[in-house]
Amino acid sequence: YSTGTGNYFVWSVSSLLTCLFSSLTFIFLDWMPSNKSVSDAPITQFVNCRILREHKLQREDLWVREGKILDPEKLFFDEKGSADQRVDCEGLIIAPGFIDVQINGGYGIDFSQATDDVRGGIALVAKKILEHGVTSFLPTLVTSPPDIYHKVLPEVKVHSGGMEGAGVLGFKPLRFISLLYTVEDISIQLISVYDIMIFFQYLIFLKHLSFANLLFLFSSTSLPLFHCPGFHLEGPFISLEKKGAHPEQHLRSFLSDGMSDLIETYGTLDNVAMVTLAPELPNSQSVVRELTQRGITVSLGHSVANLSQAEDAVRYGASFITHLFNAMLPFHHRDPGIVGLLTSDQVPQGRTVFYGMIADGIHTNPAALRIAHRAHPTGLVLVTDAIAAMGLPPGRHTLGQQVIEIQGLHAYVAGTKTLCGSIATMDMCVRHFKQASGCRVEEALEAASLHPAQLLGISHAKGILDYGGDADLVLLDDALNVRATYIAGQEVWRKLHHHNC
Amino acid sequence: MKLIILNDYDQVGEWAAKYIRNKILRFNPGPARFFILGLPTGGTPLGCYKKLIEFYRNGEISFKYVKTFNMDEYVGIPRNHPESYHSFMWNNFFKHIDIQSENTHILDGNAANLIEECDSFEQKIKAAGGIDLFVGGIGPDGHIAFNEPGSSLMSRTRVKTLAQDTILANARFFDGDMSKVPTMALTVGVATVMDAREVMILITGAHKAFALYKAIEDGVNHMWTVSAFQQHPQTVFVCDEDATLELRVKTVKYFKGMMHVHNKLVEPLPPK
Repeated sequence: YSTGTGNYFVWSVSSLLTCLFSSLTFIFLDWMPSNKSVSDAPITQFVNCRILREHKLQREDLWVREGKILDPEKLFFDEKGSADQRVDCEGLIIAPGFIDVQINGGYGIDFSQATDDVRGGIALVAKKILEHGVTSFLPTLVTSPPDIYHKVLPEVKVHSGGMEGAGVLGFKPLRFISLLYTVEDISIQLISVYDIMIFFQYLIFLKHLSFANLLFLFSSTSLPLFHCPGFHLEGPFISLEKKGAHPEQHLRSFLSDGMSDLIETYGTLDNVAMVTLAPELPNSQSVVRELTQRGITVSLGHSVANLSQAEDAVRYGASFITHLFNAMLPFHHRDPGIVGLLTSDQVPQGRTVFYGMIADGIHTNPAALRIAHRAHPTGLVLVTDAIAAMGLPPGRHTLGQQVIEIQGLHAYVAGTKTLCGSIATMDMCVRHFKQASGCRVEEALEAASLHPAQLLGISHAKGILDYGGDADLVLLDDALNVRATYIAGQEVWRKLHHHNC
Repeated sequence: MKLIILNDYDQVGEWAAKYIRNKILRFNPGPARFFILGLPTGGTPLGCYKKLIEFYRNGEISFKYVKTFNMDEYVGIPRNHPESYHSFMWNNFFKHIDIQSENTHILDGNAANLIEECDSFEQKIKAAGGIDLFVGGIGPDGHIAFNEPGSSLMSRTRVKTLAQDTILANARFFDGDMSKVPTMALTVGVATVMDAREVMILITGAHKAFALYKAIEDGVNHMWTVSAFQQHPQTVFVCDEDATLELRVKTVKYFKGMMHVHNKLVEPLPPK
């Protein structure tokens, strides 16, 4: 600060203002004594909504704090606390955020292609599928040569909370960072009315944020945008006859030691959540057992296994069927094949076999969908199996090592009539499933949230709206159109042209 | 005593809620002047609570400056057990209105020292300035709160062992399994309720009829503890037709004849 009488005047006024404002800060901080003993984090109460809880839509408020669902009774009696913010949902349904365990890409991004920006590609798809209500997903890689796996898999570091994406905050971070400097600096900053307004906003904001929260806000501009438990590796250890759209030249079978073959192909299993393989391949049992022991979900698919081979695999730990009916032997009354797992009595006690269904109206006839649903309703998991072309206009696009062609809602291997994936979105699948099966709204929503969470073993935190669970939410109207999506209690997408939450 | 006789359960709930509403509005509570309400649990007051919630939603009443003291709570079941009276009050009343948690008081059945808990509850009532209106129900054996037959009419908040009848009556909330019903409870005493400036008792159903008869037509007797309120200067009994089945025709006619006067108490108040 340079010398001069005028400047001394400014300096003394600034000091006065500093004292005034810093004392105001303390007054504000003490004025509203904390009404919560456990945490000062802001509490949001979603009112005027129906929430999916205990398999029913209940007319209840939903309380969220620090990204988790809060028990309001405990808050009331133990902490004597109340909500800081109320969100009026105008009668909408709140369901747990959808979980897609089979998605190959979208919006031009193909997860199976080794690009320079794998993380960016995944983050882009993650952001776009929020519009479909999907808050967690497994990026899926189709059969590819080993170098693709070696390049792509390590790119994504999966840690317990999941991957993080770019954050969205509603105010200017820089101004606030400057306000975190010394008090003297604040006085220098307070030159314009604008700064004063910002400062008062800051004080009011302080009332609701603990210092810990402030540190979090400014230590990183990231907020988790989606949850990624890991990759789903569909292939290459699958059957030749049922390869579907997978490239034949990259199919593999297990040599003498299945696991080392698998690890050699994939490079690493660190970021893998699910592997689809054909159980009739020799040496697959040890692989199934080992993968299960490592906490990786084993799925049966692209296979010509008979029922007994499939049941063996389930005994060794397999718990999922990749897109039921597609790329497997059709149901036969003397050997139901993999489809027979739905009603098999050889499934070990306490375990459930889940099965993925692409309910886009194309991959499965609605009558077949109904048969599967009625045979085993609690195991149905909706998947999109969406390909890179999902979200894009009709035409030619690349999937894995092949070229595909979009015609309307169909996606074929170019030049053939073989389906190679769908371009339906998850919310479309939920709506179609409900309409085709005639099931209740709750069942349709659970097929996209609770069941995949149970399959992945994360249903203590995801796929449910129980106290302590993660507040990944999707708000829908009665026709099951997505109106808004929340991750960790923060709104991450809202449908425009509507003035509700 | 005022005896208000209405046609059915729903009307009883509505009349009682309107009475409470008018009482609070006339009192005009504020930050320095809270309205102290004593509250019951059970099937009888549920209709009344629903109506009060409706009045809150319509903007007719606010509970911001109301303090509540509940009558009783089971001993030994977790606070968040679905049958605890904390859960009952939260689910059926508190979560729907704008009452502050620090203004609600329910006995803690899991307190380390139950006697101290009871004593401090009495102190809290005293500190709040005493109860303006204590709402209660009646058991088939004529008990008020958990003051079972034989409870002293001068009793204060204390631990009580529950009577067989009460355990039987409550078994329906515990999957019909009597072994799951708690056997002890903390309860306000008869004298605690008598200290309130006004008392309102809700009675519905034929199974309560004999208890109502004993309460108002027979003598004051510690075997029918509700009869103590014959000696309270400001008591209102609100009941339905079925509950009057054991009363004398003369009594019923007398009080029905006064309904046009009593109904004035529940008319909507003129706007200020």
